[in-house]
Amino acid sequence: MKTSMVWGVLCLLGTPWLHSQETESKPKVTHEVELEIAGEYRYFFEAARFEEQANHYPSIAFKPAYTATWNKGYESINFQGFVRVDRDDERTHWDIRELYYQKAKGNWEVSAGFKKVYWGVAESNHLVDIINQTDAVETFDGEEKLGQPMVQFSWITNKIGTFDLFYLPYHRKRTFAGETGRLRFGTVLNQDDLLYESGAEEWRQDVAVRWKHYFGIVDVAVSHFYGNGREPLFAFDALGNINAFYPVIHQTGLELQLTHSAFLWKLESIYRQADAQDFFALAAGLEYTFGNIDGNGLDIGILGEYSYDERDELALNALQNDVFFGSRIALNDTADTSFLIGGLSDLDSSSKIFSLEASRRFGSTWTVEIEARVFNSIAENEFILSNFQDDSFLRIAISKFF
Amino acid sequence: MKTSIFTIAAFLTFSLVSAQTAQEKGLEIAKAAEQADLGFGGSTVELKMILKNKNGQTSERTMTTKTLELTVDGDKSLIAFNSPKDVKGTATLTYTHKVGSDDQWLYLPSIKRVKRISSNNKSGPFVGSEFAYEDLSSQEVEKYSYTFLEEKNGLLLVEQDPVDPKSGYTRRIVSYNKDKGYRLEKVEFYDRKNALLKTLTYSNYKLYKDKFWRAGTLKMVNHQSNKETLLQFEGYDFNVTYSEDDFSQVALQRAGK
Repeated sequence: MKTSMVWGVLCLLGTPWLHSQETESKPKVTHEVELEIAGEYRYFFEAARFEEQANHYPSIAFKPAYTATWNKGYESINFQGFVRVDRDDERTHWDIRELYYQKAKGNWEVSAGFKKVYWGVAESNHLVDIINQTDAVETFDGEEKLGQPMVQFSWITNKIGTFDLFYLPYHRKRTFAGETGRLRFGTVLNQDDLLYESGAEEWRQDVAVRWKHYFGIVDVAVSHFYGNGREPLFAFDALGNINAFYPVIHQTGLELQLTHSAFLWKLESIYRQADAQDFFALAAGLEYTFGNIDGNGLDIGILGEYSYDERDELALNALQNDVFFGSRIALNDTADTSFLIGGLSDLDSSSKIFSLEASRRFGSTWTVEIEARVFNSIAENEFILSNFQDDSFLRIAISKFF
Repeated sequence: MKTSIFTIAAFLTFSLVSAQTAQEKGLEIAKAAEQADLGFGGSTVELKMILKNKNGQTSERTMTTKTLELTVDGDKSLIAFNSPKDVKGTATLTYTHKVGSDDQWLYLPSIKRVKRISSNNKSGPFVGSEFAYEDLSSQEVEKYSYTFLEEKNGLLLVEQDPVDPKSGYTRRIVSYNKDKGYRLEKVEFYDRKNALLKTLTYSNYKLYKDKFWRAGTLKMVNHQSNKETLLQFEGYDFNVTYSEDDFSQVALQRAGK
């Protein structure tokens, strides 16, 4: 029923465009079809905490994409699919990352369908980003997202910035590792078992708005989201069982970046209100790049970020009072070789997470990615992280692009 | 009587010319070149970049470049990568400023992120090529100081010294073709130690709209590393009617997808 509503909105918006289409002399449509096949191997080098878990996780993912563009690029239909087959049944999943129609004209743009939208400026923590649900089984850093059904309207002005309005008619539940998967809690959380505070459940009609502008060296954005939260809220019963549900939230977000010489100063912050919980969180830091050090293109960037979260140990991302230090190294060679190494340290406990991400291209259609995450001296009282203390892993992924 | 007036006039003209310093003449040529290219409005072009290492192995990348001409401040440009496929959709948006640093945003299609980036690293190579970022940015007159060197075979040779201390060059020797709308024929780049670093040659010129010369091929040779980068431009379109709306961060995401 709600789907028909989306189509209704689409048709309404579509009517005037069809007329302008007819007056165009030759409707030239460009089609593009692509496919990425990614083979992946994850090796967890410590003995599993739970019986059903394993050490070796071979996996394969297919990422097809199709784009049709016409009206000089001002109109398009975009599709991005995703299928993964993995040893963990819950990580074996598929998704429509994107399937939307887009039209731009003058100083406005509208998109309708499944889409991905990113908000934020920080590197180690993504607080403000709320439009899409996290595909948590995909990556540890939470940067992989599920496609979100939406109608997005953007109004662009030179003087007072860009305004984005979002109508989000359906909520997607977060994915969690299954019984055989690593990086999970003692109690296996099933995606479908999580309930909603809202009586309308996943069909609650959500809205969001964002204003973004820039003045000289300052980039700023303020956003507000009202609807089903993307992060589940955890509560415990007397027996210690987890009861998790999606609350109805109001979230106001601030993004600020100052770009001065080779410095990027960053701040992102949220205030989230729900009946069960109100809290404030922020991530602030800087990035400085020593460019072209050797006269041969070598860039070495240093990153430092601090994260604070009022939820304390209940912060789902476990970044309640933490410092991140990292370095981004780019060779700027023909293979686009790059590295990101970092360490996250909890200021209240001994917990540390070290990470390495490296990638390069081979030939023109192959890429190799290496990722390592090491959980070190994770404090037992860490509500979230203590579950992952034996889940340090090495991941290698080889992709072929067609 | 008449003769003497002519003599005086000729003498005046001569002394005026000689009174013009080499710096003034250099600046005059740069301004004439800018003037000759004024009014193109906007353009779009498909660009193929062929990178060749010292062993002759090549790799290719393709991109679409859109430019909007602005006169009060510098031009705006949008570059979107089409290949290699793993970087397809990666795009940059640049607002050139006549004075001060350019504003630049990068779009990363895998996570749909727009990131403001520093334009500080001008001397760094553009996507592993022999072109530095500063070689590809909009050439505003204000970014250099000028000295006219000589006129040779109809070419005007001008030395250009970058104003910005972050530039990778001490100077560039630029050859303007005076009879062909002051189009560039060759640029020699001298590194910070004042040693010849690179030579850029322009070829396969075509005249668009009876006014605008655009080279079909740019060849950059690095004399110190023996690497080369070839740029091939195809399908220049000057009939586009761009406005600033086509160079917003929303347009950047649309170009990348």
